[in-house]
Amino acid sequence: MLFNPPSPLEIKVLTKRFGLPNSAHIDTYLANDGYQAFVKSLDMTQDAIIQEVKDSNLRGRGGAGFPTGMKWGFCPRNSPKPKYIVVNSDESEPGTCKDRVLIENDPHLLIEGVLIAAQAVGAKAGYIYVRGEYRYLIDILDKAIGEAYAKGYLGKNILGRGVDFDLYTHTGAGAYECGEESALLESLEGKRGQPRIRPPFPAVAGLYQCPTVLNNVETFAAVPSILQMGGKAWADLGVPKAGGTKLTCLTGHVNKTGVYELPLGFPVDKMINEVGGGMRSGKKMKAFIPGGSSCPVLTGDEAWPLTMDYDAMAKAGTMLGSGGVIIMDEDTDMVKAALRIMHFYQHESCGWCIPCREGTTWIKKLLTRLNNGIGTGKDIDLVGDLANNMLGRTFCPLGDAAALPTASIVKKFRHEFEAKIKSTMVAIPAAANNPFVVV
Amino acid sequence: MTFSPQLEAKLEKLINSYPAGRRKSALIPMLMFTQDEVGSVTPELVNEVAKRIGIPPVQVDEVVTYYSMLHKKPMGKYHVQVCTNISCLLWDADKLYEHACHKLGLGHKEVSPDGLISLEEVECMGACSWAPAVQVNYDFHHHVTAEKFDEIIEALKKTKTQ
Repeated sequence: MLFNPPSPLEIKVLTKRFGLPNSAHIDTYLANDGYQAFVKSLDMTQDAIIQEVKDSNLRGRGGAGFPTGMKWGFCPRNSPKPKYIVVNSDESEPGTCKDRVLIENDPHLLIEGVLIAAQAVGAKAGYIYVRGEYRYLIDILDKAIGEAYAKGYLGKNILGRGVDFDLYTHTGAGAYECGEESALLESLEGKRGQPRIRPPFPAVAGLYQCPTVLNNVETFAAVPSILQMGGKAWADLGVPKAGGTKLTCLTGHVNKTGVYELPLGFPVDKMINEVGGGMRSGKKMKAFIPGGSSCPVLTGDEAWPLTMDYDAMAKAGTMLGSGGVIIMDEDTDMVKAALRIMHFYQHESCGWCIPCREGTTWIKKLLTRLNNGIGTGKDIDLVGDLANNMLGRTFCPLGDAAALPTASIVKKFRHEFEAKIKSTMVAIPAAANNPFVVV
Repeated sequence: MTFSPQLEAKLEKLINSYPAGRRKSALIPMLMFTQDEVGSVTPELVNEVAKRIGIPPVQVDEVVTYYSMLHKKPMGKYHVQVCTNISCLLWDADKLYEHACHKLGLGHKEVSPDGLISLEEVECMGACSWAPAVQVNYDFHHHVTAEKFDEIIEALKKTKTQ
């Protein structure tokens, strides 16, 4: 099922089977180049597969943008321990809804990507960690996994080639923090989703302290097309240092919100005006978040000339993130937006380390006061100060994710905070005339 | 405690999904699946799950308190979840939630006296491009307006009289 009509400007590589009748079924998949890349990988050496992924310039699609080939290369393949593949489908970054569309429309693409990764590192088992809210996707995946077992693409002696691989789904239970890779592994081991101290990284000591390849759904889903097209051709779809296409979720004040597959380096103005059908009601864009609410906020003027890729966004002081684009028009109350974003991080902070647990709580209190119009000028400074003191001082990126958008909103939209204080300012009589008022 | 045969089969398959000696991995899925049948994570359920996995009940409890979809108190038969996170907020989800409170006469995490419907203001549920979004148990509803919300609720209420 498609939630939004596709745009003619899309380059459909990962989403090419979307919209086909019965697109989630293995027969549809097999009739449309399905599992061809995996068959190809059976004749390739592990080094050759990893090299192809390195050549593709594929970078992690979950948000961090770490080069995938390099990540796979860190996995000690000669280790005597079992190796695991873990798929991060705990998609919870506000503004992001792409993995859901991928799994719903083409679950076998993910399974094939996982199989190739398993070939590359010699893994025999894999887990797909799906967030609890996506229960229907677990049913879709379980059905697809069952089909793959029945056709001999999973299980013992796959396609008679002496390769074994088992794949399972695993449900989360509602915790944003479990999208962080080490917290996800803790959760997969049946514990509270609190991050581990890194290093060692999951590639070396991941699930059950064994070497683990852990990537986002979209990252695995990109791998079959990389092997089929060749890494270099896939890289050429994007920009230097960031290859391929990216599923982009347009959310907020645009006419055609939806998930679109756009090549990396796609211009922001074309994305909003042509793919997104322009700003809702023809309003001006006040603020722009490129990839989920953890990214620093840009003003509309800053965002218009940019392109959607990792380096251009980093240069502009923000991140490409997960591809969850949040667009806010001129009528948006930025104080309220800042409060809602902080409300989320305060709720989702796992509470393990103090700068995040206390920082998010105090910033939320201050922002609530400012939003209610009873804050003071000092509160504005304090919010910025607290946010800057959280940065880089937490075990996992959740602290940064909370601090970055807040610090940028306070810096770039300070006048809105001040206006809110002024609009509700109460005139207090001078103490000399009224001795009962304590100021 | 025993569960329905379908759930027992599901749990059997679940436990066997993990390597030998790693049964604890089944904890969170087992709690989620059994909660769906029992209604909430009761003390008996905590003990039962602990027994099946072979860990002390306190280790189950510490997990239950961490995850927001595990409830110690029963929610309604239909748990109505309204997302008010940023992408939904930009499509007036705060007003939709307020409307939901008035329509149902319930607040955050409250259950109707007949136990049919409960309401919760939730964080991002992954429907950002089709905001504002509402989830009833595990079913998604997209582009929900006040009128559409009323229709959803009326349909739920009808199931009771049938």
